[in-house]
Amino acid sequence: MASKDNSFISLQGVAKHFGSLRAVEDVTFDIKRGEFFSLLGPSGCGKTTLLRMLAGFEVPSSGEIYIDGQPMSAVPPNARPTNMVFQSYAIFPHLTVAQNIAYGLRKKGLSKAELADTVEQALQRIRLGGYGQRLAHQLSGGQRQRVALARALVCRPKVLLLDEPLAALDKKLREEMQIELRQLQRSVGITFVFVTHDQEEALALSDRIAVMSKGRTLQVDSAARLYEAPSCREVAGFIGSMNFFDGTVTDVDGDIATVDAGSAGALRVPVNGHATRRGAKATVAVRPEKMEIAWQPPQGVTNSVAGRVTAEAYFGDRSHYHVEVSGLPHHIAVALQNSQRSLDTTEARGRRVWLTWPVESSVLLPQAGG
Amino acid sequence: MRRRSIGWLELYGLLFIALLYGPMLLLPLFSFNDSLYIAFPFKGFTVKWYEAMVQDSALLAALRNSLSVAIPVSIVSTAFGLLTAKALTRFRLPGRRAIVGLIMVPLVIPFIILGIALLTTLRKTFDVPLSLWTVAAGHILICLPFSVMVLISRLEGFDRSLEEASLDLGESAWSTFWRITFPIVLPGVVSSLLMCFTASFDEFLIAFFLSGDGATLPVFIWSQLRFPQKLPNVLALGSCILVLSFLLIAIAEKLRRGGIPTEKHSGF
Ligand SMILES: Nc1ncnc2c1ncn2[C@@H]1O[C@H](COP(=O)(O)OP(=O)(O)OP(=O)(O)O)[C@@H](O)[C@H]1O
Ligand SMILES: [Mg+2]
Repeated sequence: MASKDNSFISLQGVAKHFGSLRAVEDVTFDIKRGEFFSLLGPSGCGKTTLLRMLAGFEVPSSGEIYIDGQPMSAVPPNARPTNMVFQSYAIFPHLTVAQNIAYGLRKKGLSKAELADTVEQALQRIRLGGYGQRLAHQLSGGQRQRVALARALVCRPKVLLLDEPLAALDKKLREEMQIELRQLQRSVGITFVFVTHDQEEALALSDRIAVMSKGRTLQVDSAARLYEAPSCREVAGFIGSMNFFDGTVTDVDGDIATVDAGSAGALRVPVNGHATRRGAKATVAVRPEKMEIAWQPPQGVTNSVAGRVTAEAYFGDRSHYHVEVSGLPHHIAVALQNSQRSLDTTEARGRRVWLTWPVESSVLLPQAGG
Repeated sequence: MRRRSIGWLELYGLLFIALLYGPMLLLPLFSFNDSLYIAFPFKGFTVKWYEAMVQDSALLAALRNSLSVAIPVSIVSTAFGLLTAKALTRFRLPGRRAIVGLIMVPLVIPFIILGIALLTTLRKTFDVPLSLWTVAAGHILICLPFSVMVLISRLEGFDRSLEEASLDLGESAWSTFWRITFPIVLPGVVSSLLMCFTASFDEFLIAFFLSGDGATLPVFIWSQLRFPQKLPNVLALGSCILVLSFLLIAIAEKLRRGGIPTEKHSGF
């Protein structure tokens, strides 16, 4: 069961409790071979704990982890086919860069020349040729990060675990390293499990992402699906920004449901596989950039919500508006592309507008207890 | 621009240091004086007291006793100290502060009280004969706090993930200790060895109460003070001990502070 098709790592009902604290609860998902997989979630949601269970530093309180078909619970960290890049990098301070990189190779039975060769190649690959004799404190943060990466990769692990490896770097360096990391992963073909709390980083790098909250996984999916088809309100709100209209399902007609969203009126939304029925509570979610603003009452459109502009901001390529809809607890955010040149300087604030969007641009989210 | 001049505060400081260390410097000074009596003016330069010292067989026996106590004491105290410090820094022990306090207690109890207490316990309660063994046991008690203190400060600056990284790279717990943990705490270990050695070597009160026939060096020196003609010998010996202790402590301090720079360094 563990190694069906191309599932390479399999977590089955994994939980970790520290006393009464449930750091990880009933986590089940598979990671494919050669995948760049990210664990994404807010601080304290259990990402590091999950990663440390994969590395073998924590033993699951219940459940089992399989790597390449083998159950891992009885396997100590030094016998696992995983290597880890620590958030603090954990470069050994008393060893040189070259000795750090060679550290994991001692038991591989390489000759002195082969060892020196491997280390030299690794140094070249991380563009630190000539830095072999330096100590950790003589390196910059980005260089240390690369040494940690090289030290793990020369061991040729089946899985590389990375715990927020870019968090300590400044923005520019972080963006450079993101691109490098992605290229590196493609070229070595090793499965990466990458922890981050930065959603943009996760979206940009990953083949698939597990969104976590309070020790549980909310959704495991590709970046595009997390953005375009979130499975619940938490995921929708965590990834990008989202407008929500709460209401009750009044009709289900094939693939399209109609939701009575109170003062926002009746909204039509694709069901998209969610189990729903008449009378169920549901939320219609629409991204700001998927909405259009009409300055006159629109004719013949399905979804249209009337409101008043309370704030606008001009960014050159796009403009953002806040629209107040009477009866809704929060304003609606709209982002418009300024795709046509216009010097129309009419103030939008205070104007009455109608928000419209195509049916297939909205998402139906089941409501808890609905 | 400030004029460099010696103000009242500097004067006070100089006086303070002179009074603190001046008397100690008299010791080596008079050890080269060609006279039985410690009194100005100097009579002349001589090294005969040093010659007499190295020919004094009782003195050499006492030196041997001291070394055979101080060396094992420093090793045992440091070994215990390392285990204790590792446990205290590595695990979230309940009552950690209480444990540290308990270990430090011998430092604040007057050694004379400690000496008498140990003597009565050993003799009256357990009827153990006094010997260098009992002296060593007493010294371990007072050396352990030094050792724990030095090693805790070393281990606290130690990033736990270094050991995990070593395990992760395929090493066993045992080889991780020898390849990672030990080299990083080594300066602390050496510093602890030197401090414990000095503490035991110089210690008088506990050695005085707990030694049998075999006197350690400080006890021997004290016994010699009854004979005025032996006093210059003692001065020569004292000078040697002074210089040696100073060197050892200086080395120990340098090692404790310096060594490998760890990322999370916590010196105090
Ligand atoms: N060894 C431990 N003992 C007790 N509680 C722990 C331990 N390790 C982690 N926790 C708790 O488990 C929860 C999850 O911690 P974890 O480090 O996995 O979070 P995280 O998602 O990595 O957060 P961050 O983004 O801040 O690193 C936290 O509430 C944390 O306090
Ligand atoms: Mg973490």
